[in-house]
Amino acid sequence: MSAEDTPKDYSESPINLEYFYTAGSATTRFLNQVKEGNIVGQGCPKCKAVYVPPRGSCPRCGVATDIEVPLIDKGCIESFTVVHIPIPGNPIVPPYVCAMIRLDGANISFLHLIQDVDIENIRIGMRIQAVWKPKEEWTHSLENIKWFAPIDEPDVDVATLRFQES
Amino acid sequence: MKRVAIVGYAQHPILKNAGALNEVELIMPVVHQLFNDLGISQKDIDFTCSGSCDYLQGAAFAFVEGLSAIQTNPPIKESHVEMDAAWAMYESMLKIQMGDAETALIYGFGKSSPGDLDAIISLQMDPYYISPLWPDRVSLAALQARVLLDQNIITPEQMLATVIEARANSKNNKNALITDLIDESDYLNNAMVSSPLNKLDCPPISDGSSAMIIASEEKAYKFTDHPIWIEGIDHRIESSNLGSRNLATSNTLQVSMNQLNLKNIKFDVAELHTQFSHELPFLKSLLNLQDVPTNLSGGPLVGNVMMCAGLDAIGKTYESLKENQFTHGLAHATSGPCLQHNMLVHLEAQK
Repeated sequence: MSAEDTPKDYSESPINLEYFYTAGSATTRFLNQVKEGNIVGQGCPKCKAVYVPPRGSCPRCGVATDIEVPLIDKGCIESFTVVHIPIPGNPIVPPYVCAMIRLDGANISFLHLIQDVDIENIRIGMRIQAVWKPKEEWTHSLENIKWFAPIDEPDVDVATLRFQES
Repeated sequence: MKRVAIVGYAQHPILKNAGALNEVELIMPVVHQLFNDLGISQKDIDFTCSGSCDYLQGAAFAFVEGLSAIQTNPPIKESHVEMDAAWAMYESMLKIQMGDAETALIYGFGKSSPGDLDAIISLQMDPYYISPLWPDRVSLAALQARVLLDQNIITPEQMLATVIEARANSKNNKNALITDLIDESDYLNNAMVSSPLNKLDCPPISDGSSAMIIASEEKAYKFTDHPIWIEGIDHRIESSNLGSRNLATSNTLQVSMNQLNLKNIKFDVAELHTQFSHELPFLKSLLNLQDVPTNLSGGPLVGNVMMCAGLDAIGKTYESLKENQFTHGLAHATSGPCLQHNMLVHLEAQK
């Protein structure tokens, strides 16, 4: 078979597109507060669910979440996983813990790190609080929180956190 | 065929740059406006279908996020087309024909401002032979414009007239983006983008959203006293290989015209999804619309929201029939390079 006849099973066609990404006006309000060290969720005017981080709408009701709900930086672990695989470019050395953090007063959780505790002691329902970076390093990002660390409070039964429609 | 009618349509004001407003924040107001106008809620909708393009947002499955704009609890029946929302309307029509739904909400959305639309549109081409060359949308359109001019199917004067008329007609369209009038010297003094198309021959980069509700005969009158009936709808596509197409005509469009029996209908108004100035005189002659008022809304030349402008042509025809006591309207939606894929919709007001 000559070179011309050899079947070619792939061709490279690199794509590079650049975007000016916008978070949306609701998330912008949230990130402006995060830069000041405040966590402000947004509430649904109909079902009263509180979203953090907010995306600007309550998908349950299909309306804008226009109620600002200041939250504290304490909550509990809704679920977690121990990461053993090193991810290229990630400065954190495995094993480490990623957890779904449910802040007090919020109806959804978000992903963050758990540190300052032995991994074998981490459990669902454990009470935790944010450990912030020094104020001068704060930006428009939840990375202003270095990680969450356990606090000395009794565990929460996460089943009780399930959203109840009023 | 079950009779199906358009019962409502709403359009976001077309923006040059929606800035911090994200897609959800663009969709939600038009859906709410539509529900408020008709006094209904998501619970009255059997099927929801959207049209958008993830490449515009630059994120995989970005269309799923769009659903946050509507009420999805209790769970809804939902679908999406990676196309203009005109095709979301087509899918909704099929859903109603199959008996799976009596009512449908259709919405389309697109922000062209965050990315490079020329580069993004070239990705819809054949991935082996054409996309790697990154042909931009204006150059592709210019290929067809050149063929049409060289074969005397259209004239430069018609292109000029189309641009001037679009801007004059923008006064009929409260959501138009481009509203300033121009004269012949403005047009002639504009630099070519891709010959024979200058900047004014091309549609503006636009951000926006639109929504529509259609319903079966049984349900239509519960929503409105003045439904506009979809009497015919047909869509066909030309080859994806530009080299094998005759850009001076459209055989598939001819087939659609025959399917809808267009030659026997006297249209009062038409809205065509003609993004570039040469496309309007070309389609008007193909569709025998020379004496029919066309693109009274100004059309895509005064606001061209990607993945929405086709649905808008249908929506504007609907509005035109309602507001002017017209009887027959023709709407056209397109997709792909050089009018590759075309949909025709025959709308009729109740006599």
